[in-house]
Amino acid sequence: MAAFDEMLPEVSGLRRPYQAYDRWLKEQDPARLTQKMEDAERVFRKTGITFAVYGEQEASERLIPFDIVPRIISGQEWRRLTQGIEQRVQALNAFLDDIYHRQEILRAGRVPKELVAKNEAFLPEMIGVRPPAGVYTHIIGVDIVRIGENEFYVLEDNARTPSGVSYMLENRETMMQLFPELFQQIKVRPVENYPQLLRQSLAAVRPQGAKGAPTIAVLTPGSYNSAYFEHAFLADQMGVQLVEGQDLRVVDGHVTMRTTEGYKQIDVLYRRVDDAFLDPLTFRPDSALGVPGIMDVYRAGNITIANAPGTGIADDKAIYSYMPEIVEFYTGRKAILGNIPTWRCSEPNSLKYVLEHIGELVIKEVHGSGGYGMLVGPAATKKECEAFAKKLQAKPGNYIAQPTLALSTCPILTENGLAPRHVDLRPYVLVSDRIQIVPGGLTRVALKEGSLVVNSSQGGGTKDTWVLDD
Amino acid sequence: MLLGRTANGLYWMNRYIERAENMARLVDAGLRMALTRTQNASEEWNSVLLSAGSDLAFSQKYQDYTVANVSDFLLRDTSNPSSTMSSIETARNNARMVRTALTRETWESINEAWMSLKRMLARPIDERDLPTMLDAIKRETALIRGSFYGTMLRNEIFDFSQLGTYVERADNTARILDVKYYVLLPSISWVGSTLDNYQWESILRSVSAHRSYRWVYDADYKPTNIADYLILNVRMPRSLTFCYRFLGEHLRFLADDYGERHACHATAEKIQTMLKKGSIKDIFDHGLHEFLAEFIRDNTRLGDEIALDYRFY
Repeated sequence: MAAFDEMLPEVSGLRRPYQAYDRWLKEQDPARLTQKMEDAERVFRKTGITFAVYGEQEASERLIPFDIVPRIISGQEWRRLTQGIEQRVQALNAFLDDIYHRQEILRAGRVPKELVAKNEAFLPEMIGVRPPAGVYTHIIGVDIVRIGENEFYVLEDNARTPSGVSYMLENRETMMQLFPELFQQIKVRPVENYPQLLRQSLAAVRPQGAKGAPTIAVLTPGSYNSAYFEHAFLADQMGVQLVEGQDLRVVDGHVTMRTTEGYKQIDVLYRRVDDAFLDPLTFRPDSALGVPGIMDVYRAGNITIANAPGTGIADDKAIYSYMPEIVEFYTGRKAILGNIPTWRCSEPNSLKYVLEHIGELVIKEVHGSGGYGMLVGPAATKKECEAFAKKLQAKPGNYIAQPTLALSTCPILTENGLAPRHVDLRPYVLVSDRIQIVPGGLTRVALKEGSLVVNSSQGGGTKDTWVLDD
Repeated sequence: MLLGRTANGLYWMNRYIERAENMARLVDAGLRMALTRTQNASEEWNSVLLSAGSDLAFSQKYQDYTVANVSDFLLRDTSNPSSTMSSIETARNNARMVRTALTRETWESINEAWMSLKRMLARPIDERDLPTMLDAIKRETALIRGSFYGTMLRNEIFDFSQLGTYVERADNTARILDVKYYVLLPSISWVGSTLDNYQWESILRSVSAHRSYRWVYDADYKPTNIADYLILNVRMPRSLTFCYRFLGEHLRFLADDYGERHACHATAEKIQTMLKKGSIKDIFDHGLHEFLAEFIRDNTRLGDEIALDYRFY
């Protein structure tokens, strides 16, 4: 299975977006590049850009490996991508509004009713609730894969609390520190203003009753959470408070935080805590990470929660397979960005097909994330496949399957020079009264030769992503 | 605006940075005594442990008061919550929690101190390397202090940090004096024996003041001068009066900023007035040990009141 290389495809030779970079690269001394690679690691370790890997006690803080070869996207490619993403994000918000109100799409039979009703990500508590400014999912990370010159597909919509944006920013910062001359030679569109855009975007969706400049805070599960660095980073960059559940309390119908001067009202909460933990009075009663009573404040329209509770129903893997229908239903046009063909194992015919072709497919848990609990057929042993088939037959509704795609590759720097590795792309989208997409995103790269799993928890790394200003 | 939890994190981050360094200083003073005196080294190590507030925990683990045991316990033992390694770890965890309140330089200096001390203290310390190790610890904390003073905005974040530093430091100096108070009591002969001289130097050394003492007083050590220096001198950066001058100042800044005074303000002022009005003669007349014990109690109370008044929890 020959993959499409974004720098140097076998057929056509060096691609245009990489020409200037390639010229520069050829002038570099390999020893200097190796040195730069070590410098990069030192920068990351010093600033404490770490993440936690669940289940590994010893290495509770690890670095995400960073590769110094940028992933480059031309201005034209980017324009096409953003059109597709905008359309998709509009549809996601329209779908959420519909699902929690009139449910037209279910009545029209375009999405099966039981898929929503029986879905854990669907929150009945949100029925009839209209969030401030009518926005449900404010911050979205759309995972996109490429398999050819003009073939982009959406792999996943992350509409709950997508992470990784701090890596996009730090990767750029690091690249500019390591190779200032490159940025003088090549015009790369900036991503640095993301925190400002995020702040403006959150301020724009403040509750109607909020007077003056709204008070914004980032809610983190705490410093032991795997993405804590990012929570702190974003709060810091936006110049807002980083709060934990223990800092918050509902006072007189508003969510307030305990400060050295008493309790102060919060208008917009960018929460990085899952729905289930948000309010022990409404959801999981054992949660110490949330705020008792916040859902009442929310229903009264006195706080904006970003992203809104219950947005998970839109990025659920079972719903994903209906995205082409969903996009068309709400925007009236065919989806610009396609889906990857998906077999829903809940359907008997599909299950039969999946079981017969288990060795060729990627099988994912409907509710899983982070690359946990999935099977990559071609990379699995016969025994692993058989074991997985048993799980699949026991609970078919829990799984979907997709063909193993030849994800595009990008070169990384190895001890033996450049070598191609599979990549994906997660651009970040902000929704308020408008939709904004930062030109760039997080490129994740599978560092192991031939591997298709790019998740950082499974040995993936990252690259700086350049959108050219051409 | 500052979260109560953040103020708490800043306060303890700085207490623990101070503590990490004080442990090194105490071991340094003990080592000096052990090198210059052959007898009674174990007694000296015991008073080092007493000053560190770790004598009980130590005796549960060890029988022999040797350089190796004590320095291991006070510097690298993570089962001892006050050891340099535990302190720097706690300081760093607090720093991580309040990261958004720190400058990049400050956070990085703490993170780097943690990384380098973790590496250095990973294996038992070779006695021959002990002096180098102690220097390295002091250098790391000096770097943290340097980047902190050099880059932090002088606002409430700075104030709460400094409160932690000075409450810890005052406690430390008072404890060092209290453990050795008996060697400072006036004896029949005013000229100290050689033995006393060593003891006095050791006290000064444990607060890094053995050189500066001579700039202020006579070249000879005199117990009243030593006590005066560590308790009442306004310019000596580890004296009780110095600590309270800054505690008073930072609490005043907070009161002005917030437009509100609390119980902790009254307590700090009371202690400050007591230090300002008192002479070293009064203190000796009152009883040095009684004075110090009372001071340590009041200082602890101030810490509790700060936590309560500024909603640390």
